[in-house]
Formats: sequence, structure tokens, C-alpha cells
Amino acid sequence: MSSVGNANAGIGRAAGQLHRLLTEVWRLQPLYVSLYAILLSFVVGGVLISIIGVNPFTAYWALLRGMVGGGEEIAGSVARSVPFIGSALALAFAFRAGLFNIGAEGQLLAGGITAAYVGALSWMSDLPGIVAIPLILIAGTMGGAIWGGIPGVLRAKTGAHEVISTIMLNSLVLFGVRWMVNSRDPVVLRDTDSTVPRTDPISDTAVLPELVDSQPSLHVGIFALVGICFVVAFVLNRTTFGFEVGTVGLNPHASHYAGINVNRVIVASMAVSGAFAGLAAASEISGTNGFFQPGTFFLMGFDGIAIALLARTNPVAIIAAALLWGSMLSGAPLMQQEADVSIDVVRIIQAMVLLFVAADAIVRYLFRVRELDQSPFKATSIEGAV
Amino acid sequence: MAQAGNSTARPVLEIEGITKTFPGVVANDNVSLTLNQGEIHCLLGENGAGKSTLMNMVFGLYRPDSGIIRVRGKEVHFEDSGEAIAQGIGMVHQHFQLIPVFTVAENIVLGNEITRGAFLDLDTARRQIDALAERYGLAVDPDATVGDLSVGEQQRVELVKALFRDADILILDEPTAVLTPGEVDDFFEVVKSLTQQGKSIIFITHKLREVLAVADRITVLRAGQVVGTTTAEGATQQSLANLMVGRDVVFRVDKAEPDPGESLIRVQGLRAQDDRGVETVSGFDVEVRAGEIFGIAGVEGNGQRELVETICGMRPATGGRIEMLGKDATGWSPRKINELGVAHIPENRSKHGVVAQYSIADNLVLNRYHHRKFARRGVRNGAAINGEAIALVEQFDVRTPGVDVAIDTLSGGNQQKVIVARELTGDLQVLVVAQPTRGLDVGSIEFIHRKIIELRDRGVAVLLVSAELDEILSLSDRIGVLYRGRLAGTVDADDATREELGLLMATGTTGEHS
Ligand SMILES: Nc1ncnc2c1ncn2[C@@H]1O[C@H](COP(=O)(O)OP(=O)(O)OP(=O)(O)O)[C@@H](O)[C@H]1O
Ligand SMILES: [Mg+2]
Repeated sequence: MSSVGNANAGIGRAAGQLHRLLTEVWRLQPLYVSLYAILLSFVVGGVLISIIGVNPFTAYWALLRGMVGGGEEIAGSVARSVPFIGSALALAFAFRAGLFNIGAEGQLLAGGITAAYVGALSWMSDLPGIVAIPLILIAGTMGGAIWGGIPGVLRAKTGAHEVISTIMLNSLVLFGVRWMVNSRDPVVLRDTDSTVPRTDPISDTAVLPELVDSQPSLHVGIFALVGICFVVAFVLNRTTFGFEVGTVGLNPHASHYAGINVNRVIVASMAVSGAFAGLAAASEISGTNGFFQPGTFFLMGFDGIAIALLARTNPVAIIAAALLWGSMLSGAPLMQQEADVSIDVVRIIQAMVLLFVAADAIVRYLFRVRELDQSPFKATSIEGAV
Repeated sequence: MAQAGNSTARPVLEIEGITKTFPGVVANDNVSLTLNQGEIHCLLGENGAGKSTLMNMVFGLYRPDSGIIRVRGKEVHFEDSGEAIAQGIGMVHQHFQLIPVFTVAENIVLGNEITRGAFLDLDTARRQIDALAERYGLAVDPDATVGDLSVGEQQRVELVKALFRDADILILDEPTAVLTPGEVDDFFEVVKSLTQQGKSIIFITHKLREVLAVADRITVLRAGQVVGTTTAEGATQQSLANLMVGRDVVFRVDKAEPDPGESLIRVQGLRAQDDRGVETVSGFDVEVRAGEIFGIAGVEGNGQRELVETICGMRPATGGRIEMLGKDATGWSPRKINELGVAHIPENRSKHGVVAQYSIADNLVLNRYHHRKFARRGVRNGAAINGEAIALVEQFDVRTPGVDVAIDTLSGGNQQKVIVARELTGDLQVLVVAQPTRGLDVGSIEFIHRKIIELRDRGVAVLLVSAELDEILSLSDRIGVLYRGRLAGTVDADDATREELGLLMATGTTGEHS
């Protein structure tokens, strides 16, 4: 018995050291729960696959090859993942300010339509790429920032909860852009030459250069989105603005007392959050699609929520989580093709990941993970690190 | 040390050689203590001495590293507080654990619900609560919402909650820190009636007068170790204080005659509302000059909180005028007022004073993080912040393993010292303090009082709000009594008597025309 106790104590101490290393040295929050949640989801997914009569190893092997089986698969997976970084950052940044921004779905659309509109302006083709590309990215970013900023203003001025208002704004922009892109009479943003509803193609000068001709193609936008993650990490950890955001998120009363303009921080955080989604959308419009179609960003905002929570809102971990997410989606068709397991199984596994991350008590119980870190969803435990 | 006389006393709780360490701190070092049947046992010690930690182990919240706990002679190893409750142990925590939006009855039954079928049987609960209330003289209204109750009433709810679960060993962690003098007297009546009915009580407090009034035996902790156990008869306030702190403590505050200068705070006809929109400050006037301490006495709930918050810019004034250092500061933001040289020690430590999850260092710069010294072009200078924090922790004697630990691992008193250190540093000309020594040990109180007087002597105008009449009397140069949102009267501190102030506080007048 006591040797078990000693072993446990030893593991506890090692875990404590790792925790210190992760939080204090690398400044990463512990991600054990996330890692175990992924593992557990694949196990449960495997059970599911065998129930439908397929060998789960065959299925997973196909999935894995679809994800990273060769250079083109890898590039495709990465390309698929890039926009998720933006939609995940949209949740993560607001989360630090104590806000639950579930409006990335709408902020993507707002950013995407703005980028497509600006990119297709007739004078864009007169500009050199070095001007036109930043312009289209900034336009999308602004579109997202405004759409994210509105619930921020509503929260600050009227106290309207951002969960409610972002849901409403998601619907508003969704039906708004659908109408703008579908309508022939009057023509708003529809490309009348096209049989499918979409906007006019953007100017060639505003197209982000391609890196790899994969499916979908990997373009320069990846540098913008990966770079932003490090910028966000720096802003949150090292700047006065990041300090204000964190303080408001943890204790708005103390922030008010300490002279921080809480309302300003709320509006700014929501706008910055929306900007990340807008940037992701603009980068897709510019680098991948070349025009705007309402369906392009379907579910991308909600996937962002899952990714951000999987990364425990750590901006650098978001890169990894987004890569996992995007490549699973990118690899799923091969699994369907070779093992005859529906793509939806990947979706189910992803849903389980989110479930296990949110209901982390399940994972902690199964894998004996102590509550070393503060779960963003719960009050602090009393005992803390022991 | 005199030992407890009663040889027939039956121990209900024995703590033997308990040790508990946290990273970097030995919170309890080989602590032993026994609690006898029907006894009130006071646990004394400086902030951070390990009192709450020890009691949390008895209540099953922490597990000791080593040592034995016996309840009624039987060794116990609690995994959680549920097991402690099952053994008849109840605890009222230093920070209340009630849910503000629930009613009293709901809070009391929470975790111990009486059900009929799938439904909560609140009627039975209500009857049982009434019976308990009657039996021990604990008046509570089962249907009131906890958030609407005064702290004194919430305290009673906590007690009833423990009794509702049949606790006969009661641990009370600083129950009187937040009570008014009248409430304290009532509270002691209750405590005495509890022991007469066979309950045994461990009572933690920093107020030595209370200790001598109610304790049967007293155990003193210092830096995690027991430094003595004595009876109330064998002790004096001075002997206890010296034992706690390990040196001679001076109770009287020595201060020179005030030398007031120009008026730095001038408040005229101030009106303000509480969170529910009820006007609680209704035409308040005060003038505080440089180099004087103006004390505001009053029964809590007469507008103190709103008054202080409004003066410091945290709450809008609905009428009147606030002048600070000769400028009209009505409607200014907290930041703008702070930058003018106004420091504010808030009444509510955990709500306003600190960000619990932040390190001590970040809490020490909570309102100055943007100053040139700590940030350049928006980028924080970690080294400068740490350097400042290390210096302040040293200067203000904050007991902590380091400046980068989260502030909520500190004992309550040490958290308060961090706030005081932050606010008393820098170029201040006006200091607004509310309950600056609530929950502090005698040594720390002495220290903070000296700091406040030092500032006064340097020409700072101090507005002191305190529920502690002793504190008001010993620090203030002039004293005003706040009664129903107005200044009921101002007296010179030298002429003030407890009786006169008491009358003013209770009725708003001295009975005669002045
Ligand atoms: N969860 C924790 N993690 C780390 N250190 C802790 C924790 N809880 C308490 N400590 C440390 O243990 C010591 C004892 O703290 P404790 O709260 O028991 O003091 P106390 O005697 O109750 O003081 P006070 O009178 O101020 O309430 C302190 O140094 C404190 O910093
Ligand atoms: Mg304590």
C-alpha cells in the first residue's frame, strides 16, 4: 500500500515539476487534460467504428495517411488548419477578458464579405500586390473587428450578455450575406456572370501567393495567422494592455478600483477577437477562394470554440490544436474511401474531444490527473498545488 | 504556563504532532492541541501562523503531512469535509461560503437536503431551522435571501448551517472580524449558550479582549508552532500579544500634535446610491486638511461603503461636490483621482483589493502597472516589477515564500499587508482608508497604524473609516459620526468619549444642542 502511496507521491512531485516548467518557464498552461481527452475520444471512436463492423486500426491508419501520408497530404492538412487558428483566437482572446465570444462564425462572414468586396473593387487591379494584399487583409480584419465590437459595445453600454448578442449577430450576418450574394434584383454583391451565388472575383493583385499547390492550396496567409499567435501571446503576457485584459477577466471589480476602464477593455477585447476571425476569413478569400460564398466558413467559428478550449485558450497551443483539427478533417475522406467509415465519425470524435475537455472531471478521474491548474470553466479548488 | 485545571475534562478532539507544508512554507510544524467537552478553546497567532490551515485539516479540507487527529478518542483520516461533518464537526470559515442568491433555508440545507420524493422538503427544513434558532438564540429568517443580509446575519446563518448538521465540535475561524460591537456581544451570548448545551468550540480571533472574555483555554501559534497553552485567568492582553509576536507589542499609538495645513479633501452635500439604487449617502459634508486624520465612526450600513467609493471615483455622485487638492474632482474616474495623489485602501479586500489569481508582484502594481517605472511603450518591465515587489514585501513584512506566488495562497492578514504596501507607496497626498486592519494581528495593526501616522506627519490628509471604535479613537485627530448617510456630528478626538460616540452612532444626536 505504502509503496503505491510513494509512487503516487513521486508522480505527484514529477507532475508538480512539469507543471512549474510549463507554467513558469515555458509559460504554457498544462495541457494534460487536453491530451488525454484526445486519446480518450479516439478510443471511444474506435469502439464506435468496430461496432459498425470495421477494424478501427484500418480506419485510423487510413485517416492518418490522409492527414500526413505524404507531402501533398501534409500541405493540404496544414492549409485546411490555418483559418481555424483565427477563429480559435477569436474565442481565446475574449476569454482572457472574461467574455465568451461565440460569434466567430458571424465575424468570419463579416470579415469575408468585406474582404471580398474590397478585393473586387475596380481600382484594386491598378495597385501593386504589396499594397493590394495588405489592403484586402486589413479590410477583412476590420469587418471582423466591427462585427465583434458590436456585442462588446452592447455589453459595455447595456449589459447585454455577449453570448446572446453574438448568437443574434451570427444569424443577422448569415442571412444578410446570403441575401447580398443571392439577390439578383437588386444586385448587391452577386457576380451576375456566375451560375452559383457568389461575389465578383477579387483582383489578381489581391491574391495571396501560393506556397504549395495542394488541396486546398497552402498559401502565404499561414505566416500571418501563425505570426499573430505569437503576437497575441506576447500581448497577453508582456504588455500593459494584456495585463488590463487579464485583470478585467479575473476580477472586474478590482479592475475598476485599480483605475482600469473596464468598458473600454471589454469593447477592445471583443473587437480584437473579431479581428482575428476577420483576418482568417480575408486570408481564405484572398489565398484560397478568390471570391466569397456564404457556405465557405460554415461551422468554422464553432470549431474555433472547440480548438480554443482544447488549447486551453493558450495562443501558442492553438496552433497545435488547429493543426490537429484541420488535418483530421483533411484526412477523413481517405478513411471514408478506404475503410468505408463516414467522415462524420471524425466529426463525432471531435465533438467528444470538446465534451471531455469541458467535462474535464471525467478525464481527471480516468487518468488520475490532479487539478494542478485552474480550469477555465470552474472555480479554483481549495487545496491548489500540493 | 498554567495548565487547564479541570482534570475530569473529556477531550473530544485531539490533535497530535500535526505537520503541514505548502511549497516553500511550513504552515504547521508538529502542532498538538486538545479540545475538551464543553470548552471554548481560543486559537491565537499572527497572520500566517497557520491557524486556518490547522483547522482546515480538522475539517477534512487539507490532509496533514504527518500527525494524528482523534475525534472522541478515535483516530480519523478525513478524505473530505463530508467525512468531518459526519463526525459532528462544523466549521464557519474566515470567508463565508454562502450562495448569495439562495434563501437562508436553501443555503442551510444545501448538501444535506431533506427530500420528499424528488422534491426538496423546505417546510420541514424551515421548522428545524426555527427550532435551532430558538434553542440557541440565533435569530434567522429562513426565507430571506442571503445576499440581502448583513454580515452579522450571514454569520448566524453559517452557524445554524453547522448546527443543522448536528455539529457538536464547532470551529469558528475569525467569526468576529466583520461584526459590529453590538453583534459581537450577541454572538458571545450564542457561543456561551452553545457550550452550556455541551458543544465544544475552537475559536480563532485576533481580538485579545474577546479572547480574555470568552476563552476557557488559549493556544498560541507562532510560525506554525505552538508556543504556549494557557487559561484566560493566567493571561493578559499584553502577555498574549507578546507570546504571539515574540516581542513587546505597544498597544498605545504615540503621535505628535497634529499640524494641519490647507484643506485637501472638501466634500459638500454629497449624495450617492447603493447598488440597488437606494440613496445611502444623503448630503454628506466633510473637510480634511493636510496633516490630519479625520476618522469616520458609525454603525456599518450607514453609507460608509458608498461614501468611500464615491469619493474615490468608483461610484457616481448623484449630487453634491467633491474637491480634491483644490480641484473639482466630482465625476472623475478612479484613475484620474489616483493620479492626483489619492490612495485608497478598500473595505472589501477580495472584491476590490486584489486579483486572487495574480502573483503578489502583479497585485503590488495593480494600479501602477502602466507607470514609466514598470512599463515602456506598453511593454511591461518584469524585472522592475519584481524588484519593486521584493522591496515592498521586505519593507512591509509580508510573510510569503516569494513574490511570484499567487496572492490567494497568503493568509488573510498578509493579503491585507500587500494592499497596504501598494497604497502607501508612491507620491500620495490624500489617503482614504476603509477598515485598514480588519483581520490583522496585533503586531500588524501596530505596524499599519504607525504607517498611517507617519503619512499624516508628512502632510498627507487621511480619511479613515472604521467600524473599530478603538481604532478611530486612537488614530484620529477629529472624529465624525456617519448616521444615515450624513455627518451626525464632529468631535475633537481629545474630547471624544466612547459614550458620546456610541450615542451619536446609535441615534445620530448627542441629545443636546451643540
Ligand atoms: N493553499 C495554500 N497554498 C500555499 N500556501 C498556503 C496555502 N494556504 C496557506 N498557505 C500558507 O500557509 C501559511 C499559514 O496560512 P494560514 O491561512 O493558516 O494562516 P492564519 O494563521 O490563518 O492567518 P490569518 O490570521 O491571516 O488568517 C501562510 O504562510 C500561507 O501563505
Ligand atoms: Mg486564517
